[in-house]
Amino acid sequence: MPDGPLIYRQRLLTRITHWVWAISLFFLMLTGLQIFNAFPSLQLGKESGFGYDNAILKIGAVEVDGGLRGVTRIFGVEFDTTGMLGVSGGEARAFPEALTIPSKTSLATGRVIHFFFAWVLVLALGLWLVASAVNGHLGQLIPTVADLRALPRDIADHARLRLHRSGEYSVLQKLAYASVLFVALPLMILTGLSMSPGVNAAAPWLLDLFQGRQTARTIHFLTMLALLGFFAVHMAMILLAGPVNEMRSILTGWYRTGGDDHA
Amino acid sequence: MLDRRTLLLGGAALALSGCKIFDSATERDSRLRAVFASQEGLTKFAQRAMIGDRLAPEFTEADIRQGMRPNGSVDPASADYRRMANTGFADYRLTVTGMVETPVSLSLAELTAMPSRTQITRLDCVEGWSCIAKWRGVPLGSVLTLAKPKLTARYAVFHCFDARERSLSGEVFYYESIDLIDAYHPQTILAYAMNGAPLPVANGAPLRLRVERQLGYKMAKYVHTIDLVESFADIGLGKGSYWADRGYEWYAGI
Repeated sequence: MPDGPLIYRQRLLTRITHWVWAISLFFLMLTGLQIFNAFPSLQLGKESGFGYDNAILKIGAVEVDGGLRGVTRIFGVEFDTTGMLGVSGGEARAFPEALTIPSKTSLATGRVIHFFFAWVLVLALGLWLVASAVNGHLGQLIPTVADLRALPRDIADHARLRLHRSGEYSVLQKLAYASVLFVALPLMILTGLSMSPGVNAAAPWLLDLFQGRQTARTIHFLTMLALLGFFAVHMAMILLAGPVNEMRSILTGWYRTGGDDHA
Repeated sequence: MLDRRTLLLGGAALALSGCKIFDSATERDSRLRAVFASQEGLTKFAQRAMIGDRLAPEFTEADIRQGMRPNGSVDPASADYRRMANTGFADYRLTVTGMVETPVSLSLAELTAMPSRTQITRLDCVEGWSCIAKWRGVPLGSVLTLAKPKLTARYAVFHCFDARERSLSGEVFYYESIDLIDAYHPQTILAYAMNGAPLPVANGAPLRLRVERQLGYKMAKYVHTIDLVESFADIGLGKGSYWADRGYEWYAGI
């Protein structure tokens, strides 16, 4: 199929907010790992178990034969993760320097940068939500009944790497983007707020919703992993669908339609 | 073109994290840090607008499943403190001074004779962990009312027995401060009992602050003096608290 015309697919505001989210999430993740390092454990419940065990994940270091070994315990099963988790660069730290901002241990700095980008993300998301409700972009992301009927077909097409380049998002794209924007990011924001003792006073229902502060902290971490998974698939799809066209579209708004079958 | 872009993006990502570009933000006076720290005022404003005078969540006896994890100083070494601890804090006095009409000095017996408040609350450490315990103490507001703060007073500064480090100018003692909004909040108490027993030394005996809508480091242990001030610019390094002087938020509601 020959190349079709160039169409204007993403508005300026959509493109700007996309990149603001991308940059914010990058910083939020790496400062988040810095913050996590101060208490490298994920627990379930209202509080942290010290006299009992409510951890589903714990990263630590143990001394074995005069050397430090990194130990990661997931649901009671221990793994030696020396070099990556628990011990890296010869020192005991949960996530290694390469994955934290700042690279050295500084909880205070991690927090300052984390909350800065949390505000940036929330304000950009709010702006985008209002603008997209007004300009109709929201409707482009929510799957229609016809979309859902076409879901098996779209899954089969994606499985064969047969990617259609029409002006509209495919149903899998809609579901992926909608679950990030309407599920994962709100969940991230609400679980983040649930960890704030100030917000707990204002909205105690958040603690009930997430079954306690430590459970909220665990969900916050797991949602980060889900977003990381989305990012990996997002990058893979850009490479498969034609990276030049996709990058032009999210930078300039112009998208080349047609020429469907890339694989 | 694609490969170059991918390489550049990947390289930039690595440079931003593994390399030390943002490490300058750890320096307290760096311009980069000031940009990031600009959110602190917004956070405080937003939280204050949301919470008003609402109470922090309180829990039930069934939620107390363990002892209170001690953190920070657990056994102050100063001679004065050691002597008092050895005599059951019989000669301990809490001093309320500064911008007050009537400076007050109260013994532990006088404090415990005042109307008390008991609350089962969760302490959230800035590190990320939480611990639930029962606290009993005298509302800070009642103590301040005895001393009658002057209209110019804006903050209550808590001076503590525990030295955190030794600097060129001598020992650096723990201190904290809260504004009068939090000081008069009904759950803000000077606690002398924990989980039904006198406050242990490891948890701040004989008297510690509880500020339930903020993080644990605000809840100064081993308090001996409350100083009412208009500004904390001349105290410590000027940020209002031992930890705020070291880069943590003064308003620790998040």
